[in-house]
Amino acid sequence: MAKPASALAKGIDSVNTWVNERAAVGEFYKKHLSEYYAPKNFNLWYFFGSLSLLVLVNQLLTGIFLTMHYKPDAEHAFASVEFIMRDVEWGWLIRYMHSTGASLFFVVVYLHMFRALMYGSYQKPRELVWILGVTIYLVLMAESFMGYVLPWGQMSYWGAQVIISLFGAVPYVGEALVEWIRGDYFVADATLNRFFALHVVALPLVLVGLVVLHLAALHEVGSNNPDGVEIKANKDENGRPLDGIPFHPYYTVKDIFGAAFFLLIAAFIIFFWPEFGGYFLKPDNFVQANPLVTPDHIPPVWYFTPFYAILQAVPDKLMGVILMGAAVMILYLVPWLDRSPVRSIRYRSWMSKFALALFVVAFVRLGMLGLSQDSSTLELRLWTFIYFGFFILMPIWTSFEKTKPVPERVTS
Amino acid sequence: MSETESLDSEQPSADLSRRRLLLGTTSVVGAVGVAAAAWPFLASLRPSARARIIGAPVEVFIGNLEPGQLARVQWRGQTIGIMRRTERMLQQLPELNPRLRDPESAVADQQPDYARNLHRSIRPEILVLNVHCTHLGCVPQVIPEIGAQPFDSDWRGGFFCPCHRSTFDLAGRVYSGVPAVRNLLVPPHSFVGDDHVIIGVDPEGAS
Amino acid sequence: MTYRNLLCGLALLLGSGLVMAAGKYGNLDQSGSNVFDRASLQRGAALFANYCMGCHSVQFMRYQRLTEDLGLSEEEVLEFLTFGDQELSDYMKSAMRYEDGEAWFGKAPPDLSLTARSRSPDWIYTFLRSYYLTDGGWNNTVLENPAMPHVMWDLQGVQRAITETREVNGEMRTEIVSLEMDQGGMLSPAEYDAVVRDIVAFMEYVAEPAILVRERVGIWVMLFLALFTFLSYLLYQEFWKDVKK
Repeated sequence: MAKPASALAKGIDSVNTWVNERAAVGEFYKKHLSEYYAPKNFNLWYFFGSLSLLVLVNQLLTGIFLTMHYKPDAEHAFASVEFIMRDVEWGWLIRYMHSTGASLFFVVVYLHMFRALMYGSYQKPRELVWILGVTIYLVLMAESFMGYVLPWGQMSYWGAQVIISLFGAVPYVGEALVEWIRGDYFVADATLNRFFALHVVALPLVLVGLVVLHLAALHEVGSNNPDGVEIKANKDENGRPLDGIPFHPYYTVKDIFGAAFFLLIAAFIIFFWPEFGGYFLKPDNFVQANPLVTPDHIPPVWYFTPFYAILQAVPDKLMGVILMGAAVMILYLVPWLDRSPVRSIRYRSWMSKFALALFVVAFVRLGMLGLSQDSSTLELRLWTFIYFGFFILMPIWTSFEKTKPVPERVTS
Repeated sequence: MSETESLDSEQPSADLSRRRLLLGTTSVVGAVGVAAAAWPFLASLRPSARARIIGAPVEVFIGNLEPGQLARVQWRGQTIGIMRRTERMLQQLPELNPRLRDPESAVADQQPDYARNLHRSIRPEILVLNVHCTHLGCVPQVIPEIGAQPFDSDWRGGFFCPCHRSTFDLAGRVYSGVPAVRNLLVPPHSFVGDDHVIIGVDPEGAS
Repeated sequence: MTYRNLLCGLALLLGSGLVMAAGKYGNLDQSGSNVFDRASLQRGAALFANYCMGCHSVQFMRYQRLTEDLGLSEEEVLEFLTFGDQELSDYMKSAMRYEDGEAWFGKAPPDLSLTARSRSPDWIYTFLRSYYLTDGGWNNTVLENPAMPHVMWDLQGVQRAITETREVNGEMRTEIVSLEMDQGGMLSPAEYDAVVRDIVAFMEYVAEPAILVRERVGIWVMLFLALFTFLSYLLYQEFWKDVKK
């Protein structure tokens, strides 16, 4: 090699040293990428964590650019979204990336959570990873709800009206609380303005912080895998897990492939089907908010409908709200509800498999019922019982079921 | 991310050249993708269709503009002054040359080529000028009268910027020794008939 | 494995959910409109200006954009599409004032910028073909008792409703079973459908002008991502040779 190249390498080297003496960038790179040993038997389900991160970055980036053109003002909000769609160069693309990203966020997060349930990724010692994850999910729900209000269409307005009214169920202070949240006697400019602040500043900060903690906690204990085998139990003479491979380059190239495939699907929706049949962008939301005209039917966006269905199943406002809240909160208890000595569903009996399958069916079915206007109360209650039954009965079947022997090492 | 490190990680692979080729190709294609994806975001920051419509050319009627009078119009958020100069005003332009920084309008982008002349205009008497001071953007006062002024004992008429005391003559040329270093800008403009000037459109044939 | 079956079940459930959400407005006719057909858009624009813009505005759309997207010249737009002293840079605002609309129709004619997205093209198509005359005036099978009269009756002609009285759940109900042409218009039914189709195409366009460029760009993005997915797959396979050894 010629001299200049080695001079350059020397220069880069000294910059590296300078930086690392002051901030342990190299350490960080090693700890989280090049020397983070992940089990080598990750399957399809393990794409959804990194995909969630990808969607988060997309939401932040497109969100920042939308904020540059959007007006959080009840008079101008709706028109400013149309301004973005028509007058801002490529504004339509940035907006569709954001609106599609919002729904896809929930798609990947739901699949990610299902993966955790399936392989017992919340079990000791990963309880904190799970708790942080559920908290991310909670904040994400608040974030997306407030974001949905911003375009100030009919669904934005009436959705906000309905959801905020839920807080009215709180005994004694309910009405005052609702008024406080709205900042007015009805959903109004003040509501829009504060939701904007929370949506673009406060909650994203919280979300990013939680994601950092979620990953930090994960990298402390290490990743689970489809076999639920603790790879740290078998190490070579250098202290590297025998069944582990460095995250970089192996999982970076794999996740890049996963991301590319995911983007292909996302691009199809963004460019050819942005309304996604009315699920991602609702037809009624193309009508400007009008406090005087209530739409015939105000279903929430698809990712909230399972919980909305649970709300409908109860013939009492307060109880309904409590049960709906409990449906989310109960997720926090999962690490302690599961008494099984094995993690992965692969080594559990038909009972666990059946229970999880039934739970998924209940969740999806509740989602469908929540979208519809005339769901039978009986059916709503049936699936609500099954939803809660899954959690409440979990200690029982997981204690009694006969598990299969877990192998020493991961299967490939 | 260093390439070599990922190339010879763990066990050395038998087919390093294929790996290197794939890594290079994917990186290049990926970089092209990132650059292409960045484009819409950067482009979204340009003036919107609305801004471009609002910034469309402005047509001004100058039929009733008295000699020595300055009319002001807004174009793209800038104040544009249109002045019908008298014969006397035009006559003394060359006399001022020694006191000016750039009397010949040597800096090309201060004015369109068709206004790059002594009087800095298409028609000698009609001055069309972006009257924002080239120092820091204040709008100077127009003081057409000849005679001693607090800021200049031998004032020959022109523009005086109250912000930082820059002075310009009645062709918008900057005096030497003031904070501003460039002449006032002449916006693209053209005439329709005798009595209308369009700000923002070059005359036909001029680029 | 059970979770494979579970996945299949999931897919089935999701599929049926999607189908369920389809028919929001019951049975609508397929508009068959093509927003990418420039000639259709041009005809639609002229028809829209003629028949709709007397009352309805398109408040988010500028005339100028029609010259860029529909290949119309500035002169054509000014002559055939604008009203009074409107300029190219103006929004497509109806000549009718809001208060007048309220006074004349009981309800101001809605802005039509986004109707193709809030109602769907099929809805507009079916709506514009489903007027019928009763003794009390115009009615419509899609939107009952519309504030809007049938403005294109001279083109379509006059339809009347054929009703049938049936017993439904022990109650006698009179229902409209079909519409019949009572008095032909200037156009044949097929010609009229084509006219409505052009208007629908134009309304789809004004609801989302970006659609014209969106799908064109989309194809290239998809092709690029397909290539990148393929390359990253090869790269992934290459690196994972180490692991699978």
